[in-house]
Formats: sequence, structure tokens, C-alpha cells
Amino acid sequence: MSFLHAQDKIEAGDRKVILVGNPNVGKSVLFNALTGAYTTVSNYPGTSVEVSHGHCEIEGERYSVLDTPGMYSMLPITEEERVAREILLREAPHTVLHVLDARNLERMLPMTLQLIEAGLPVILVVNILDEAERIGMKIDIDRLQANLGIPVVGAAMARKRGLAEVREAIHNYSQVPRGVMNYAADLERGIFQVAATLEGEYPLERRALALLLLQRDEEVAQLIAEREQDGYAVVEKSVNEVVFTHRSDLHLRLSLERKRLVKLILEGVVQTSERQGLTPAERFSAWTMNPWTGVPLLLIVLYFGLYEFVGGFGAGTVVDFLEGTLFEEHINPWFIALADQYVPWYWLHELLVGEYGILTLAVRYAVALVLPIVGTFFVAFSVIEDTGYFPRLAMLVDRLFKYIGLNGRAVIPMVLGFGCDTMATMVTRTLETVRERILATILLALAIPCSAQLGVILGLLSGVEGALLTWSLCMVILFLVVGFLGAKLVPGERPMFYMEIPPLRLPQMRNVIVKTLTRMQWYFFEIFPLFIVASLLLWAGKMTGGLETLVRSLRPVMDALGLPLEASAAFIFGFFRRDFGAAGLYDLQTSGLLSPVQLTVAAVTLTLFVPCVAQFLMMKKERGWKVSLGIFVAVTVIAFGTGWLLNQFLLLTGLLA
Amino acid sequence: MTNRLSDKAEEILEALWIATEEEGDNGIGLQALALTADDEGVQELSRLAYIELLGERLSLRPEGKPEARLTVRRHRLAERLTMDIFDLAGSEGDDKACEFEHLLRGVVDTKVCTLLNHPTTCPHGKPIPPGSCCEQARTSGSVGVVALTELKAKEAGEIAYLSTSDAKKMQKLMSMGVLPGNTLQLTRTYPSYIFRVGNSEFAVDEELAREIFIRKG
Repeated sequence: MSFLHAQDKIEAGDRKVILVGNPNVGKSVLFNALTGAYTTVSNYPGTSVEVSHGHCEIEGERYSVLDTPGMYSMLPITEEERVAREILLREAPHTVLHVLDARNLERMLPMTLQLIEAGLPVILVVNILDEAERIGMKIDIDRLQANLGIPVVGAAMARKRGLAEVREAIHNYSQVPRGVMNYAADLERGIFQVAATLEGEYPLERRALALLLLQRDEEVAQLIAEREQDGYAVVEKSVNEVVFTHRSDLHLRLSLERKRLVKLILEGVVQTSERQGLTPAERFSAWTMNPWTGVPLLLIVLYFGLYEFVGGFGAGTVVDFLEGTLFEEHINPWFIALADQYVPWYWLHELLVGEYGILTLAVRYAVALVLPIVGTFFVAFSVIEDTGYFPRLAMLVDRLFKYIGLNGRAVIPMVLGFGCDTMATMVTRTLETVRERILATILLALAIPCSAQLGVILGLLSGVEGALLTWSLCMVILFLVVGFLGAKLVPGERPMFYMEIPPLRLPQMRNVIVKTLTRMQWYFFEIFPLFIVASLLLWAGKMTGGLETLVRSLRPVMDALGLPLEASAAFIFGFFRRDFGAAGLYDLQTSGLLSPVQLTVAAVTLTLFVPCVAQFLMMKKERGWKVSLGIFVAVTVIAFGTGWLLNQFLLLTGLLA
Repeated sequence: MTNRLSDKAEEILEALWIATEEEGDNGIGLQALALTADDEGVQELSRLAYIELLGERLSLRPEGKPEARLTVRRHRLAERLTMDIFDLAGSEGDDKACEFEHLLRGVVDTKVCTLLNHPTTCPHGKPIPPGSCCEQARTSGSVGVVALTELKAKEAGEIAYLSTSDAKKMQKLMSMGVLPGNTLQLTRTYPSYIFRVGNSEFAVDEELAREIFIRKG
């Protein structure tokens, strides 16, 4: 196993400070406050889980700071939690900051107990103290510190309250406490029995490892099997014995025991006065979850967030400026003039500034057409994400999504798909069952147009009356029908939906910027090379005449769809980038080669047609050859089948004529 | 109950109760039960004056009614038990229910009935004659432990237990703080179940809501 290439970024001598805690407790706010301006966000090696690194200096001493994904317990269930735990296991931290929400002290303290139990150098940060005080909670931090036996800091990081104390606590951290909190005697006997069989050296306390073994943690079992070698048989035997003794209720007992301990620790620590009514944020939150008010609110979010901001501003204003003014009038003519002067060889001239030239096609499309659209989408997505709206949306659509074999959780990759299907396909791995992942991958490949494509298609169809409506209807119907059929045909267990609903909050500028930049960076590195490759291939095709042969070979298909031969180039482009294809249609439309019916049929078929190369490669990576090729074939058949049917239908009824 | 009835006698009583009390008949022919007049069960019941044998026809005497009623109750409770708790359906469930019903006497009857929260019908939809425990629960107004789906919005209660069949989901719920003993306040039931535990809010679908059991307060 190889872990943390990200370590390269951390200087060897640095002391590591690791932030852990539930989602939505203000970890990243504390992280930002500690590290200041320099942050790198990278995927944890081999995962899609993002981990932020930064560093800070306290009284001349340099510390590396790592922000981990949200975790609820030392026993991981989701991939995020696995990564967070992994970091704790492998990183030999100087200190671990457990950040929790003061309002949910009782619920989140069990995790602190687990961290202490693991022998980690824990500092507890009781965050969001200001909100807790507002709802009438008084927390005696000193008493909590005395009861827990570790440093405890009260904080309200959004207001930088407690930051100095946190820095001081890190700097002055001296010794890992060895306080042991005992569970019920029978549990303790079992834990001791297992811990006594462990002989190797471990980063965590044996007692904690024994507990994880008893809870059947596969990764810890693997780690211990590696360390103990031949001795593992003894460990396994002892684990099996104890597990059998507590077979009926081990997890429940542990949770209840921790709850009992937390009650003891909190004695005299928290005083609550009766709550009066709801805060404005809570009232608004209730509106987002009531279908009568929630659906209109959703439409408002979609209208302003997507239609106005991404469609109007990104795909309109910014694209017009970059593409129309900057590239068409200044950059491209300049390059072409330069090439005309210094590049006498036809092939090189074509390669650089020709019809499919790297500069004139690849760079122009990537920078002027795609980047503004995807960029504005990611801004909108990050803002919405940071307010905590998505879990509410998930809960609203859960019932609907059950019909297509998914649960509300899948709404996040689906919405992200409207930005970039490739990224969304990668994010489907956060869904819990293989079945959900396959269904979501199919729907993303087929019926969800990415923002770049969407931008061009909306622009293209908005000029023709009824075309946009026809296109939208086709997409919605196919999404539902294919989802419904997929749910019937793909085997596997039915998903269940459960989610924590975090409090709504105003988006934090810095979070939004960091998230947007991370996504844009990923997108650009992933996509830009593909643009170059695509333009190289098209250029080679044009030079050798291969492109023309390919275009002509698609003639029967185009005839069946009632499209002119030139449209086939758009489909071939489409495979390199979905938006390339759409942009190809745009060229056809501007040169007046397409009738309204043809335009609509072409737009529908192209949107449904195979995902771009990048998405296909991602599908292959996430789902394997068999499944991804199956999806590829199915999507192609459905796309052209639908195009054919739609063409027949429109011609027969004379609609759009 | 001084003399415990034989299993055979209980089955006869049961059949008679169903025929007379539920189907409005005045008795059953021996043939319909595949019995003869010298059958041990018939003899036993006749001796106790629970039933009367007139020619080829058996009928239930008033003296036998209370016992017959309890027998039917035990049978249907046993069906509920095998179905709801042991998760056995079909002929396997029926067989097990038949074995169990003879064990559900006295205190066990009450305990099982309370565990099942005083059910009123068997899995086949037939009524379960209420026992004294049911009457007591009714008069005291206690509703006992119910699934989250039985609560109305704005109602609250204490989480009694989680019965989810999937250990991972139960762990996840528990680590999020949905733990027995905590107070749960339901805020919405549609489109999903939204509830508060402490100061946190959660959404679950109906399937999961059915597996969270609440002691109503």
C-alpha cells in the first residue's frame, strides 16, 4: 500500500496538526484561520476524496496542517471516513484537533472519547459557541477540560474567537494523556483479551485497535495481519471468541456505553435554558423542505443560479466577449497573420491555425467557449454546496428518485453532471450500492447534458420556436423512462435514504473560491490535453483524407435521421468532447445548413449520444470494461433510435416545419 | 387453568370458535375435522363440558367459550410473532406458529402481546381477541413502542430501539446520534421523514423510518 504522496508537499521536519470532526462543524473555517492564504487541495491518493494541506507558524515553529473529510466515528463506513481514519493512522500527528459543534456536544463527544482511547494527542475545539449561546446553552469549558483530561478550547471560528487559544494549545501541547475510560466490565474483559494478543508496534493504542477488530474493521484487520504475521491466527481466534460472546448487540452496547460516559463527563458542564421559537435560518430551512414552498424555491435557485448566471452571464456575456471579441477579432487574426508570414509549410500551417488547428480550434474552444461556462457553473455549484442546500434538495427528490432506482443522495452527482459529466461520473462512487452507481452512470452518460454542451445547445435552439421545448421534453422523458427501466433491469438491493441536514448558512467566500478553483483546476488539467489531442486527430484526419472517409461512412445514419452529411462531423467531434459536437452544430446552424426539424433532431441525438472520450475513460475506470462498453452500446442505440423516431414524428405531424 | 388441555383439544376448540363465533355456524361436523367420536381430544373436551357432541356434530358450550377464545388468541399471536419477529412467512411460518401457540400461556401470552404492542389482527387479517393486557393498555391510554412512521409531525418520543436489518446502516445512524434513549422530535413526514435529535436534524425515507422505534411520551 502506498500512502500520501501528498507528503511530498509537506516538509519533512514539520510537525503535523490534523483536523478531524463531523461534517459541518466549521473544520475548514478553522483550517483557513490557522493556515492563512496558502492552501493546496488535492485528492487523497487513489481516492476522489479531497484533503487540504497548509501550514502555519506559531512562535517561530512551523506546523503542517491537514484538514480531513468529515468523519462520525473511528469505525469508517463511507470512503470519506476511511480516508480520514487512514490519515490518523499513518501520519504520526503532533496534535489532533477534534472540532465539534457546541450545540451538539453530547452527540459528538463519543468521537472525542474514541480519539483519546486511540492514544492520539487530542485537543478538543468546541466550535460554534456563539450560536450555542444564542439558543440558550452555557458550556463550562474548564470543567469539560478537567473531566476529559485533555486541552479544551471554546471557539466561534467564523468570528475568529478562540483562534489564539487554539494556537497556544497546539504550541504548548506536551503529553498524550493516558486516561482510560472504562466500559462495562464484560466489554472490558473482551477488549483486554484481544489487546493482549497484539505484539507488534502500532500507531494507535492496542485497546483501540482491539475495539476496531471486534467491530470487524477490515482495514485494521489487514494492517494487523501484516504486522503480526504468524501471530495473527491467535489474534483472529481471540477476536472470534469475543465477537461470539457479544454477537447480539456489540455495536449497540458500545454506543450506549459511550453515551453513558459522555453523560458522566458532561455532568455540570452544560446548562440549557428553554428554547424560544425558531431562529430565522431554521424557519427558512423548514420552507426549503416543505414541498409547497421548497419546489418554488428550487425553481428560483435553478433560474438564477443556472439559467441567469451560467446560461446568461457565463455562456452569454463572457463567451461573447472572449470568443467574439478577444479571439475572433484579435488573437486568431494575429496568430493567423503570424503563421502566414513565418510558416510556409501547409501541413504545419494547418496544424497550428487551420480549420482544426491547435491554436484556432483547441485553444479557442477550451478557453473561450468551455472555460467560462464550466467556470460559472462551478461557482454556482460551490455557492449552493456551501450553504448546505443539497441535503435539502436530496430529501425533496428522494421519493421521485426511488422510481428510477436511486435515492435522494444521487441528486448531487446528477446536478454536478450539468456542469461536467466526467467529474459527476467520478463522484458517483460516493453512492452506497453498486447498483446505484451503475444507474447513475447510465443516466449521466445518456440524459444529462454537461454545461458546455448545454450552453451551446440552449443558444442554438433558442432561436427556433418550439425546438427548445421539444428538446427538453425528450430529455426529461428519456431520463425518466430509462431510469425506470434501468431500475427494473439492473439487479441489486434497493437503496435506503438517510442524511444529516446541516443548518443553513451564508456561503463563506473563501470556501467557495477554494472549491471552485479546485474543480476548475481538475477540469482544466483533465480536459485541456484532450482538446489538443482531438484537434490533432481531426487535423491528421483532414490531412490524410481519413476524416472525409469517416464522415462519408456515416452517411446512411445521417440519411436515416434526415440530416445533411455535414452534420456527421459534429457527431465525430462530439465523441472527443460533447461540447465540441454541439459547437460543430453551431457552425452548421450559422451557415444556414439546417432546417428547424433537422436542428432539433441533431441536438437531441447529439445530447443523448455517447459521452465524450474523457467521460468514457472515467466510466471504464470506475465501472470496468464490461459495464462501460455495455453502457456505450446502449447509449448509442438509444441516441440514434430516438433521433430517428423524433425525425419521423416531426415530419409526420409537421410540427416545427 | 387447572388441567392443561392437550394440543389436540386446543385445535378442536379453535376450529369450533372460528366456525361459531366468526362464521356464524352452529357447529362443525366430525367429518369436517377428520375426527371420530372416540377421539381423545373430543373425549377430553366433553369431559370438561366445553363441547357437546350431538350425533355427528360438535358444538361449543358456553362453558368452553372463554378457553376457546384464548386458544384462538394464542394462535394468532403466535402467527404475528413468527411473522413480525422471526421473519418467517409461508408454510414454514405456519408450522412454527402452530408449535408456538401451545407455549403462549398465562404470563407468556401477556409478555408476547406487549412485545408485539397489542396487535389487533393476525397476518391474515383476522381479529385477535383482546386479552386483559390489551384492555389495560387501552384504558391507561399507553401506546407503547411504535415505528417512527406512526408518529405525526410535531410529535416527540424516546428512541426505543433500531431494528434495521443492515448492520452498517444501524452503525451509521448510531454514530450520527440516533441512539436508544435519546429524544426524537419529528418535524415532517413528507416527502421524507425529518426529525431532530438534540440540536441536529436528519432526513430518512419511509423504509428506514419503519425501522426506528419510538416510545411515545
